[in-house]
Amino acid sequence: MKPTDTQHPDYFHRVVDCQWACPAHTDVPLYIRMIAQGRFADAYMVNRESNVFPGILGRVCDRPCEPACRRARVDEKPVAICRLKRVAADYRSDIRDRLPKAPATTNGKRVALIGAGCASLTVANDLLPLGFEVTIFERFDRPGGLMRTNIPSFRLPEKVLDEEIGYILDMGAELKAGCEITSMAALLEQGFDAIFVGTGAPRGKELELPGRHDSPRIHIGIDWLESVSFGHTTKIGPRVLIIGVGNTAMDCCRTSLRLGATDVKVMARKPREFFKASAWELDDAEEENVEIVVNHSPVAFVVEDGVLTGMLFDRMEYTVEDGRIVDSRVVEQVTIPCDDVVLAIGQENAFPWIERDLGIEFDEWDMPVVDRTTFMCTRPGIFFGGDAAWGPENIIWAVAHGHEAALSIHRHCLGGDVGDRPPRGVNLQSAKMGLHEWSFSNDFDGSERQLVPHVDLKKRFKKLNIEVELGYSLEEFQVEVERCLNCDLQTVFDAPKCIECDACIDVCPTNCLTITENAEEPALRAKLTVPAENLDQPLFVSEALPQTARVMVKDEDQCVHCGLCAERCPTAAWDMQKSLIKIPHADDLAVDESPIKVAARS
Amino acid sequence: MSFIRKPTVTNSRLPKNSLGLTRRDYEGGMSTLCAGCGHDSITAALIQAAWELELVPHQVVKLSGIGCSSKTPAYFMSQAHGVNSVHGRMPSVATGAGAANRDLVCLGVSGDGDSLSIGFGQLAHAMRRNLNMAYVIENNGVYGLTKGQFSASADVGSRAKRGETNVQPPIDPVVTAIALGCTFVARSFSGDKQQLVPLLKAAIRHRGFALLDVLSPCVTFNDHEDSTKSYAYTRRYYHPAIHADFVPPAQDIKAAYDHGEAMPVELHDGSRIVLRKVDEGFDPSDRARTIGFLQDAAKRGEVVTGLMYIQPGQDDLHDVNHTVPGPLHSQPYDGLHPGAEGLRELQQRYR
Ligand SMILES: Cc1cc2nc3c(=O)[nH]c(=O)nc-3n(C[C@H](O)[C@H](O)[C@H](O)COP(=O)(O)OP(=O)(O)OC[C@H]3O[C@@H](n4cnc5c(N)ncnc54)[C@H](O)[C@@H]3O)c2cc1C
Ligand SMILES: Cc1ncc(C[n+]2csc(CCOP(=O)(O)OP(=O)(O)O)c2C)c(N)n1
Ligand code: SF4
Ligand code: SF4
Ligand code: SF4
Ligand SMILES: [Mg+2]
Repeated sequence: MKPTDTQHPDYFHRVVDCQWACPAHTDVPLYIRMIAQGRFADAYMVNRESNVFPGILGRVCDRPCEPACRRARVDEKPVAICRLKRVAADYRSDIRDRLPKAPATTNGKRVALIGAGCASLTVANDLLPLGFEVTIFERFDRPGGLMRTNIPSFRLPEKVLDEEIGYILDMGAELKAGCEITSMAALLEQGFDAIFVGTGAPRGKELELPGRHDSPRIHIGIDWLESVSFGHTTKIGPRVLIIGVGNTAMDCCRTSLRLGATDVKVMARKPREFFKASAWELDDAEEENVEIVVNHSPVAFVVEDGVLTGMLFDRMEYTVEDGRIVDSRVVEQVTIPCDDVVLAIGQENAFPWIERDLGIEFDEWDMPVVDRTTFMCTRPGIFFGGDAAWGPENIIWAVAHGHEAALSIHRHCLGGDVGDRPPRGVNLQSAKMGLHEWSFSNDFDGSERQLVPHVDLKKRFKKLNIEVELGYSLEEFQVEVERCLNCDLQTVFDAPKCIECDACIDVCPTNCLTITENAEEPALRAKLTVPAENLDQPLFVSEALPQTARVMVKDEDQCVHCGLCAERCPTAAWDMQKSLIKIPHADDLAVDESPIKVAARS
Repeated sequence: MSFIRKPTVTNSRLPKNSLGLTRRDYEGGMSTLCAGCGHDSITAALIQAAWELELVPHQVVKLSGIGCSSKTPAYFMSQAHGVNSVHGRMPSVATGAGAANRDLVCLGVSGDGDSLSIGFGQLAHAMRRNLNMAYVIENNGVYGLTKGQFSASADVGSRAKRGETNVQPPIDPVVTAIALGCTFVARSFSGDKQQLVPLLKAAIRHRGFALLDVLSPCVTFNDHEDSTKSYAYTRRYYHPAIHADFVPPAQDIKAAYDHGEAMPVELHDGSRIVLRKVDEGFDPSDRARTIGFLQDAAKRGEVVTGLMYIQPGQDDLHDVNHTVPGPLHSQPYDGLHPGAEGLRELQQRYR
C-alpha cells in the first residue's frame, strides 16, 4: 500500500467516527471534554456552530453519530452523545451575548426563505450575521416546521423550541407568519436576490383500501399530530390502531395514550428487524405499554353503519434469507377491533405551487432536480434544502443542508461560482504537556452507558406536554463523559524517528499496531497483529522505516486513543495530537476568500 | 517508566486459546523499564509463546536474578508463581523448584550481567545438571540497572555511552553453553518476534536445560552509535542461520513441510521443531562443527541467530537422580516419611 496521506483533511476526520457520521460534523469529543471540565456554555457554543439547535437536538436528534461511535466497537454501547448535548444545553449559563449579531448595515442582498423549518432557520442563522436581509415566509402562525407541529411536546418542550428559534429570529430575520406561498412566479416578481425552498415534505402518504373514506375516524398521522399540536384535536377513542412502524408511528401511539386511548396497537407488516423506527423510539413506546404487532398487512377498514369498528389484516409469514425477505405467505385474515386508525406510513414532497415553466426542472418522480453539492436547482438563484430537497430525512440533515445552501447563496449573491466550495481543513496540535503528561483524560473508563431517567409512568400521562426524559444528573453525566474515547486525539506517526523497538506494538491494549513488510491492502489486513476485518475502518500505513524498510501499520478500528504508544515510544515517533476539523460555512467566505482558515475554537 | 496504566479493554476480535484465555490474560504488571527497552519486547514474546502453548498460568514458575532483565517476570503471567532471587543465584532456586515439583514449567529470565558475571558458575552447573527449564538471557552488553557499565558480553571495541572502549574479550553464552553440553542452545533478537516466539515455545517444551541468548538493546545506555548491541547495529549484521518452526504434538506437519530441506526434530512430548537451514555449512546437531561455525561468523562480525544446537532425549536432573515420578506434593505420605523405624535405620548407616 502507498503511505497514508494524513494531510488529507478527511483522514483524521474519519477517525473521529461520531463527527464524521454527523451530517453537520459537530465536534463531539471537543464538547464532551468541555462538559467534563464544567464548561457548559463553551460546549453549547461548539455545538451551535455546527448544529445550530443543541437544546432541540440534544433531545430529538436522530443521532447517526451514536451507531458510528468507536466505543460501540470496543465496548458494546456507544457514548450517549445526544444526551450529553442536552447536558450542554441544560447546564449552560446565558449565552446570548456570545451569539453572532447582524451588522448595523446590511449588504443590500435580499433573500427569501420559504417555510420556517430547521432548514430555512439554519440558512437565516448563517446569512444574517453577514449582512443579508432575510425574509421568512411561513404558512402557519408560528415558526419551527415539523419540530413544532409534529414532534410532540412530551419529547420536545415548547420552551426549548422558542428559545433556540428566538436566537435566530432575534438577529433580525423578518418572519412573515401565516403567509403561505402559493406561486413561485409571484414570489420571483418580488425581486429577491436568492430564494431558498425549505418547505419540507408536507404530505402524509395515503392508504387507499376499502372503507378508507367511509369514516372520519381514520387519520393521516402527520396531519393528526399537527392538529393535536395546534389544540384542534384533544381526544381519541380508547382503542387505537397505528398503521406503520416508523418514527411518526411512535409519536402517534404515544400521543394517543395522552389523549385518552387505553389500548394502542402499532400494526407492522413485517418482522421486527425490518422496522424503520429507531431502537430507542421503539423502547420508549413499549415502556408505555404500546403493543407492537408484527406480520399484519392491512386489507380493509371495517365500517359498519358509518362507524369504524375495526380493521381487517392478512396475517403474514415470511421467509428471510441474509436479512432479506425472499418469500411471503398469507396465513389467515383477522379483524382487529378499534375506534380510531392513524396512518403513519410515510411522507411525500409536493410542489403544486411551483409553476413548471420557470426553468425549475422536475424529474420523473416530480421532484425538483437539485445539485447535491450546491443545493441549487436548475434555475440559478433558487435553492432547496431539508426535506424539500430529496424527501424526508431529519433535523440534523436539514441543518447540514442549510449550512451548505447558505454558502451557495453567499457565492451567488456576492459573486463567484456556487460550485466552488472552500476546502475542508485539519489542524493538529500536540497534546504532550510534559514527560508523562497529556492534555486529555486518557485513562480508559470501563463504566457502562448511563441511562437517562424518565418521569414515572403514572405521572407522565397527566398532561400532553410533560417531558418524559429528565436529562442526566451531575453524577450521571460525569460518568458518561469519561466513556468518550477522545477520538480527536490523533495518533500521529513520524517514520524517520522510529527505531523499530516494538514498544508501541507491545503496549497497545487493543493491538492496533503492527510493523511488517508492506503488501497490498487485503494481504496487509490479513497479517496484522489482529487481522483488520472491519473494512469500513481504514489502515494507516507509514513510509518505509529507516532500519528495515518495513512499514508501521495501524488499524484505526479499535484504537482507544489511550496514548500509550506515544507514551512508550522512546523517540517520540508517535505523538498524540488534537485535531480540529474545519468545515467551512458561509462566514468563512465572508472573512477571507483565500484558502482555508483554521481558527482554534478554545 | 510509564505512569499510565494499560487499560483492561481489549480488541473485541482477540482470539482465545483452548483455556478460554486471550493473549492479554497472560500479561502482568505495567513495565517500569525504560520505554523502548528490548526486554519489554521479549516479555511480549513470552506472553505470545505462553498463550500459544496454552500454558496453565498457575503451573508455571518464573524465576530471575537481579537486573532490569530480572525484573521482567513481574510483567507477564501475573497468575504464575514467581521468584526474584539474589543476584546470579536464580539457577539454584530453579533447581530447588524443579526438584520439588517436576510438573512445573520452569521459566528463567536473566541478564548478561546476572548470568555471565556473578552467576556464571551457577549457570554452568544448571546446564551440567540438565535442569528441565527454559533459561532466557536478555543480553544487552551492559549492566542496565546499575547505569550502563560494560558486562561480560560486551564486544571488544564497543564504546560505552560515556566514551570508554571495552578491551576485554566477551563471553559468548551460546558457544559456552554448547561447550558445556547444554542440550538446547539458541540465539535470537528482541526485534524479531517471528523467530523468537517459536524458539521460546521449543525451549519451553524441550526436556532439559534450554538456553536462549536474546539480544535485547538497552535504549538508555547502549543504543548509541559505536555500540555493538544497538538496534541499528544488530539489524545491520543480523544473520539468521536457520529457521525453526514449532509444531505442537497433534498437528500434522506433512502438508506444511513437504519440501526436502525441512528437518523435523521430535521433542519429548511429541511436539516437533521443524528446521530449515539458511547456511549450508551448518548442522545444529553437530557440536564441534557448530562451535567452528559460530567462531567463523564472529570473525566476520555477523550476529548469527537461530537454533544453534539441539540434542533431545538426554537424561535430565530427575532421570540422573532417579527421583520419584510426579511432584513431591502429590507423593503419598508414606513415601515421603520413612517412619521412626526407617529413620533409625537410616541414621544407623551413618554411624
Ligand atoms: C412525526 C414526526 C416526528 C419526527 N421526529 C423527528 C425526530 O425526533 N428527530 C428528527 O431529527 N427528525 C424528526 N422528524 C423529521 C423532521 O421533523 C424533519 O426532517 C425536519 O423537520 C425537516 O425540516 P425542514 O426544515 O426541511 O422542513 P419542515 O420542518 O417540514 O418545515 C417546513 C416548513 O415549511 C412550511 N411550509 C410548507 N409549505 C409552505 C408554503 N408553500 N409556504 C409557506 N410555508 C410553507 C411548513 O408549514 C413548515 O413550517 C420527524 C418527523 C415527523 C413527521
Ligand atoms: C550481590 C550483588 N552484587 C551487585 C549488585 C548490583 N547489580 C544490580 S543489577 C547488576 C547487573 C545487572 O546486569 P544484567 O544482568 O545484565 O541486567 P540488565 O539490567 O542489563 O538487564 C548489578 C551488578 C547486586 N544487586 N547484588
Ligand atoms: S468515543 Fe467519543 S469521540 Fe470517539 S466516536 Fe465515540 S463519542 Fe466520538
Ligand atoms: S492510542 Fe496507541 S496504544 Fe492506545 S489504543 Fe491507540 S494505537 Fe493503541
Ligand atoms: S515505540 Fe517508537 S521507536 Fe519503538 S517501534 Fe514504536 S514508533 Fe518505533
Ligand atoms: Mg544487561
